[in-house]
Amino acid sequence: MYNEKVMQEFAAPKNVGFIEDADGVGKVGNASCGDIMEISMKIDDSGIITDAKFRTFGCAAAIATSSVATQMIIGKHIDSALNITNSDVVETLEGLPPQKIHCSVLAEEAIKDAIADYKAKKSL
Amino acid sequence: MDRIYLDHSATTPVSKEVIEVMMPCFTEVFGNGSSQHFHGREASKLVDIARKQVADAIGAKVSEIYFTSGGTESDNWVVRGVAEAYKTKGNHIITSMIEHPALLKTIEELTRSHGIEVTMLPISKEGFVCIDELKKAIRPTTILITVMAANNEIGTYQDIETIGKIAHDNKILFHTDAVQAVCSMPLDVVAQNIDFLSLSAHKFYGPKGVGVLYRKNGIKLGKHITGGEQERSMRAGTHNTAGIVGLGKAIEIAVRDRDKNNKYLSELRDYFVSEIHSKIENVYFNGTKSDKRMPSVANFSFEFIEGESILLRLDLVGISVSSGSACSSGSLEPSHSLLATGLPIELAHGSLRFSFGLSNTKKQVDYVVKSLVEITDNLRELSPLFARKEGGTFNV
Ligand SMILES: Cc1ncc(COP(=O)(O)O)c(C=O)c1O
Ligand code: FES
Repeated sequence: MYNEKVMQEFAAPKNVGFIEDADGVGKVGNASCGDIMEISMKIDDSGIITDAKFRTFGCAAAIATSSVATQMIIGKHIDSALNITNSDVVETLEGLPPQKIHCSVLAEEAIKDAIADYKAKKSL
Repeated sequence: MDRIYLDHSATTPVSKEVIEVMMPCFTEVFGNGSSQHFHGREASKLVDIARKQVADAIGAKVSEIYFTSGGTESDNWVVRGVAEAYKTKGNHIITSMIEHPALLKTIEELTRSHGIEVTMLPISKEGFVCIDELKKAIRPTTILITVMAANNEIGTYQDIETIGKIAHDNKILFHTDAVQAVCSMPLDVVAQNIDFLSLSAHKFYGPKGVGVLYRKNGIKLGKHITGGEQERSMRAGTHNTAGIVGLGKAIEIAVRDRDKNNKYLSELRDYFVSEIHSKIENVYFNGTKSDKRMPSVANFSFEFIEGESILLRLDLVGISVSSGSACSSGSLEPSHSLLATGLPIELAHGSLRFSFGLSNTKKQVDYVVKSLVEITDNLRELSPLFARKEGGTFNV
C-alpha cells in the first residue's frame, strides 16, 4: 500500500522526541481517525527554525509525514515554513494512498500551530 | 527471513492432504457434473462424496447441503432468501452488533430496498450476546434470528444452542455464521437448533472461493442464482469441482483432528498471552478468557500506540498479523466488534489480532513477543500520549 520512501521514513523516522525548552509547540488532532501529532521547535532571533522534533500517535503515513515535515522545516525561516502545504509533504514522500492524504494535513497543521504558539509567546 | 503467519482468522493455507484430493479434478476428473456421460458422472460422484463429508461434519442430511462461493455468499443468500420467502409473515430480523459485514451490510441494504426492520443485539464486555435482550427484541413479525457461532475478531463463542431454542420456541428461523467456528467448535445442526448455517473452506485449511449453506429440509428459502439445475436449482452454475472436493476433505480433517488441534492451539495461545502480559505494560486482552472462545485467537489493545503502525513494524520484521484500528480500515472506522464490547476508541485503535495456526511453534511465539517488546517500546517513544502518561512536560 505504501511506497518505499514512506516505509523508509516510517521504519526509521528522524527527529523523534520533544524539545523541553521549545520556543513553539504545536499539537493537532485528526478528527477523522482520532490521531494526534505534536511538533516542538527551537527558533532563533532571526526567525530561523534551528531544531524541530515530533511525537505522533497515528498510522504509518502520519509518522512518515511527521518525520519528513520536521526535516523540511529545520533551517527554514518561519515565514517560508508557513508556506509548506500538505501537498509539499506528500510530494516529498513521493505520494500517499488516497485514503491517507488526510494524515499529511496533520503535519501542515502542526507546523502552523507551533509557529502560532511561538508568535503568541513572543507577542509578534 | 522465515516469515511468521499469525493471521489464520483471515485465511489458512491449504493442507497437503487437501491439495492431493483436489489435483485430479483439474486434469482427469475435469468433467461437468451435470453431463450424463462418464466424465460428468465421475465429477458428480466426487461432489456427492464432498456433500456427505460436510453433512457428516455438522450432523445434517446430504439433501440439506448447498455449495456456494464462500461465507459471504452463504450469508447473503440466507438473509435475502428468507426476507423474500417470508415476506408475507413479517419483515423483522434480529442480529448482533458483532456480525461479519457479509451479514450486516446485506441486512442494512434490505432495510432500504425491502422495508426490512432490524434489531442489533448489544454485546457484553467479554463479547457475548445478551440473551435477555434477544427475548425482548422478538416481535410477531420477526422472521429470522442470525447470530454468529464464533466471532472473527475476538473469537468469542455465542451460545447458539440457547439462541436457536429461543428462536424455535417463538417459531422464528435461526441462522448462524459458523465460518470461524467450525475448526474448533463441535457443530450439530439438530442439537443446536440451527435452520441455516454458513461455512467457508479457506478458514479451515481448504481452498478459497468455496463455501456451504446448510438449510434444514422443509424450510422455505428464495432461490439465489437462477440458471441450470445445480444445487436443486437453488444455486445454479457449474460446480467448482476441485474446490468442493477440497472443502469436503478439509472439513473431514478438521473434525477428525479437532481435539488434538484445539489442545495444541490453546496451549500456544495461552503461552503467548502470558508472555505478553508479563513482558509488556499497558496491554489489554480483548474478549473472554473463559473457555467459550476459539483456541486460536488472542486480541490485544496496546495503549498509547496505533494498530496499523504496530502491524507494519511487525511486517518489517517478518510477522503477519491484523489490526482493528481505524487507520488500517479503508473506512477510518475502528473495528465495530471491539467498539460493541464497549472498548474505548483509543484502545480499539491500538488493537491487534493474533490468530494461530497448526504450523506455528513456541519458538515463533518467542520471536514475536521479543519483536513486540521492541516495537511497542519504540512506538511509545514516538507517542505524545505515552509521554503525557509518564508525566511529560507538555500538557494538552
Ligand atoms: C465470520 C465470517 N463470516 C463470513 C466471512 C466471509 O467468508 P468468505 O471470505 O468465504 O466470503 C468471514 C471471513 O472473513 C468471516 O470471518
Ligand atoms: S493517522 Fe489515522 S489514518 Fe493516518
